[in-house]
Amino acid sequence: MLRERELIIVGGGPAGMAAAIAAHESGVRDILVLERDYCLGGILNQCIHTGFGIRHFKEVLAGPEYADRYVNQIQSIPEIEISIKSFVVKLTREKVLTYLKPGQMHEVKAKAIIMATGCRERTREMIHIAGTRPSGIFSAGLAQRLMNIDALLPGKEVLVVGSGDIGLIMARRFTLEGAKVKGVVEIAKTTRGLVRNRVQCIEDFNIPIYFSHKISKIYGRNRVEAVDVVQVDDTYKEIQGTLFKVPCDTILISVGLIPENELMEMAGVKLDKKTNSPVSDGLNKTSIPGIFSCGNSFKVYDIVDSVTRDSILAGHLAAEYLKGAK
Amino acid sequence: MKKTITCIECPVGCTLELDIENCRVVKVSGNKCPKGHDYAIEEIESPKRVLTSTVLTENLPIILLPVRTDKAIPKAKLMDAMRELKPVRVKKRVRAGDVIVKNFMNLEVNLIATRSICD
Ligand code: SF4
Repeated sequence: MLRERELIIVGGGPAGMAAAIAAHESGVRDILVLERDYCLGGILNQCIHTGFGIRHFKEVLAGPEYADRYVNQIQSIPEIEISIKSFVVKLTREKVLTYLKPGQMHEVKAKAIIMATGCRERTREMIHIAGTRPSGIFSAGLAQRLMNIDALLPGKEVLVVGSGDIGLIMARRFTLEGAKVKGVVEIAKTTRGLVRNRVQCIEDFNIPIYFSHKISKIYGRNRVEAVDVVQVDDTYKEIQGTLFKVPCDTILISVGLIPENELMEMAGVKLDKKTNSPVSDGLNKTSIPGIFSCGNSFKVYDIVDSVTRDSILAGHLAAEYLKGAK
Repeated sequence: MKKTITCIECPVGCTLELDIENCRVVKVSGNKCPKGHDYAIEEIESPKRVLTSTVLTENLPIILLPVRTDKAIPKAKLMDAMRELKPVRVKKRVRAGDVIVKNFMNLEVNLIATRSICD
């Protein structure tokens, strides 16, 4: 017999934790949170910079600190079971979840599910870059993980492509760690990231930022050696005679985020082809009744405070659904 | 002298218009809240930033412990502060908020852990 649970939440980051606590507040007494990492907190654990919690806690916190507050709260609620190192590999329309734990495979059915799987980094734009494919090309978030969790410095001379927040924050991080950031190349006319990050991560360290520019070629056989940068016009076409070569050993790609929703797709949840968000007739809802989605897997948010706010609603929504289903 | 800066105290990122006389801010406008006013004065007269980084641990389940200064320190001291962090080693379990270095660099700020070390 398949074990049945009231509510299963996939993801133990800020979205999953807020949803779990809110669902408990609304009366759900059997909650299972599945987290693939060995501890809760999700991406916040590698976001060591400050700027979190201003709205929600009225304090300026680093990412892990923000997570820590929720970890403490969730661990004090006995009705919420937390299963770490639990990697969900399958989800069906009937709300049956399959997950792996080291040495084990579990199958469990839920009355309601909240997907809080976050987002991943876009890499698609990379396809248009000509040249070789040497090592030294990282997404900004991967570099962030290597530097902030694994104690590894990915390179010494860095060019950042795209001006998403993580790219800007990593430009500062590399600089503080003694690497040279050669510049930030952004195809648009302004930064994609928050203005405050442009000021405190780029301008503070006199890092050149090239708006209306893109990289057109990567050089290097084994490791990145240089990159061609060229100015573009309003239609993103290269402007002749503006090309210059930047020697560097590392390229960071920071061109935005996209919801991570493979599991929902597997279950047959309708997803928007362009944004990868669930097609929905309301916040946190999906096309399958009883499967909810919150945080960055529903849509990509700018700040975690908003993720918390909306994920709380997801918890209440799931609780309401469970009451109706009884 | 007039100067335009961006407030970085919160994600709103207000554009602040400043009137500066003899390196002193005499008027601030464009701020959506009082924090912007104080930020403008500090940014012109003695710019400060909170330093966030990591320090190495020894025999603990995580290699790096994220840390920050509990108050902002002079912007000009950021690189020196990074050098000060290099030899720091954390050897026992700490909780987020615990002080790792007291009175860091004699700047009257503490270096605090921003993560609790879980099992
Ligand atoms: S002035 Fe106030 S609202 Fe505007 S960016 Fe600064 S702190 Fe935020």
